[in-house]
Amino acid sequence: METVLELNAVVKRFGDNEVLRGVSLSLHRHEVVCLIGASGSGKSTLLRCANLLETVDEGSISLFGQSLLSPHIDPDLVRRHIGMVFQSFNLFPHLSVLENILIGPLHALKRDGDEVREEALALLERIGLRDRADDFPDRLSGGQQQRVAIVRALAMRPSLLLLDEVTSALDPTLVGEVLDLLRDLARSGTTMLIATHEMNFARDVAHQVAYLDHGVLVEQGTPEQIFVSPRHEATRTFLDRVR
Amino acid sequence: MSLEQEADALQTPPRLFLPRRRQLLIGRRGLVASTLSTLLVLGGLVAVFYLAPGGASVRFFFFNPHHMWHSFIGDPRQGLSSVGRGLIVNIWIFLVCEVLVLFFGLIIAWTRMSQSPVLLPFRILSTTYTDVFRGIPILLVFFLVGDGLPALQLGFLSNQSPAVYGCMSLTITYSAYVAEVYRAGINSVPHGQTLAARSLGLTHYATMRRVILPQAVRTVIPPLLNDFISLQKDTALLSIFGAIEAVRAAGIYASTEFNFSGYVVAALLFLILTIPMTRYTDHLIARDRSLRLAAA
Ligand SMILES: Nc1ncnc2c1ncn2[C@@H]1O[C@H](COP(=O)(O)OP(=O)(O)OP(=O)(O)O)[C@@H](O)[C@H]1O
Ligand SMILES: [Mg+2]
Repeated sequence: METVLELNAVVKRFGDNEVLRGVSLSLHRHEVVCLIGASGSGKSTLLRCANLLETVDEGSISLFGQSLLSPHIDPDLVRRHIGMVFQSFNLFPHLSVLENILIGPLHALKRDGDEVREEALALLERIGLRDRADDFPDRLSGGQQQRVAIVRALAMRPSLLLLDEVTSALDPTLVGEVLDLLRDLARSGTTMLIATHEMNFARDVAHQVAYLDHGVLVEQGTPEQIFVSPRHEATRTFLDRVR
Repeated sequence: MSLEQEADALQTPPRLFLPRRRQLLIGRRGLVASTLSTLLVLGGLVAVFYLAPGGASVRFFFFNPHHMWHSFIGDPRQGLSSVGRGLIVNIWIFLVCEVLVLFFGLIIAWTRMSQSPVLLPFRILSTTYTDVFRGIPILLVFFLVGDGLPALQLGFLSNQSPAVYGCMSLTITYSAYVAEVYRAGINSVPHGQTLAARSLGLTHYATMRRVILPQAVRTVIPPLLNDFISLQKDTALLSIFGAIEAVRAAGIYASTEFNFSGYVVAALLFLILTIPMTRYTDHLIARDRSLRLAAA
């Protein structure tokens, strides 16, 4: 299978604080990898390094075999191929739902307006929010906002989606609709790297689960391996604690 | 007290009424009370004005209707400039400076917040600039520009009219203020907005233009209007260089006719200009506050 994203011995420091300590991870096309780990273990940092929102101190990152840390790389071009969804949605409050989805294709990709509009409306149709296209984000529930944020990322037709605890800020009753959308995406073959605290979900959809502990990628394997028979003590302790 | 007694005590309804004296101020009676107190205070002020020992001369030297009117329209034959016409100069200077300040302030804020390594020297320059010109008295800037530039004998730059030097001084100082207002507005937009925009592949410029600035504008307008109110008043400083604006005209009137009513006229005219802006700014702040409360 073609490798989409590859991290090799990535080290990231904030001052003296070494947040990622030589993390290696690869993601193949159509693969879903779930990243689990305690709060502060470095999941968000890892995702942000992957689309160059953070600089990396050591190691290498490549997308389709091209090194992203080369000085000749344009980060804006890289990010157009990598979608990202945040814990706090981060929809643009001054733009309507539709405009939120259009802004990337129109102003980053410079695509034709009518065509993108059609696609955006189709995406909204898919998540059942087509009739909310002209509403502003603050009129939507948290779950609806997060689904719009996911669709906003999809509208860029990214090769890969990074999702950072996208259900953590949601009311428990709204988590389901967002996870269902992610399941749907996984089924249709979207390549995703998902940081999550939802263990059941990870077990369900992940092809690979990676456990991150204080910036070290302790263990990686199929959901069976990780959840049923983890090899490392640290993984076992963590799983016992979250269950 | 036993627990049962305490529970019983809670059964008797608690007192919920205002004290009787404050009940008197509710509804229509409150309106009467506020009208009365207003009349009393105003009456007191007027009484002081008319009855105080120096009242008569204050009225004659400052609030003399004849001199007020005379200074307002001016009299070219007696070499008296009109305070009213002077105010038009103030308004012109204000309008010109306002546009310049909005423009230069944005440039300064933008360079200060730029990230490109090439712009580093400009970043340092603009930071120093805002620090310096927010820190020194505007009067000093006027002297430095108005007396300093002509002394330098720089040809074009040293041969301008007082009004031009005045505009330059105002623009130099207020650009620093306004740059900081812009910067505060931009910083008030949550960082997540920048992250979201950049993660869509929008450039730094597109992020600013499409995401950050449109959101910053709303927070920026009230402080911007506040600075414009000050700017409007500070146009009076042009009188230092002898530009015939309202305050200068009133000064000429005062020294010719030995009456200061012209100053009061100038003050009233400035109030007519600034009060609508002050009220409007307060209105915007209040509206913004209630919008934010509604959103929270
Ligand atoms: N911009 C930053 N500056 C300094 N330290 C940071 C910064 N961002 C993250 N950190 C530190 O890096 C460590 C890892 O943070 P990170 O947000 O990646 O953890 P996380 O696994 O996503 O946690 P959570 O589950 O709470 O989201 C933390 O100790 C945090 O304090
Ligand atoms: Mg996180």
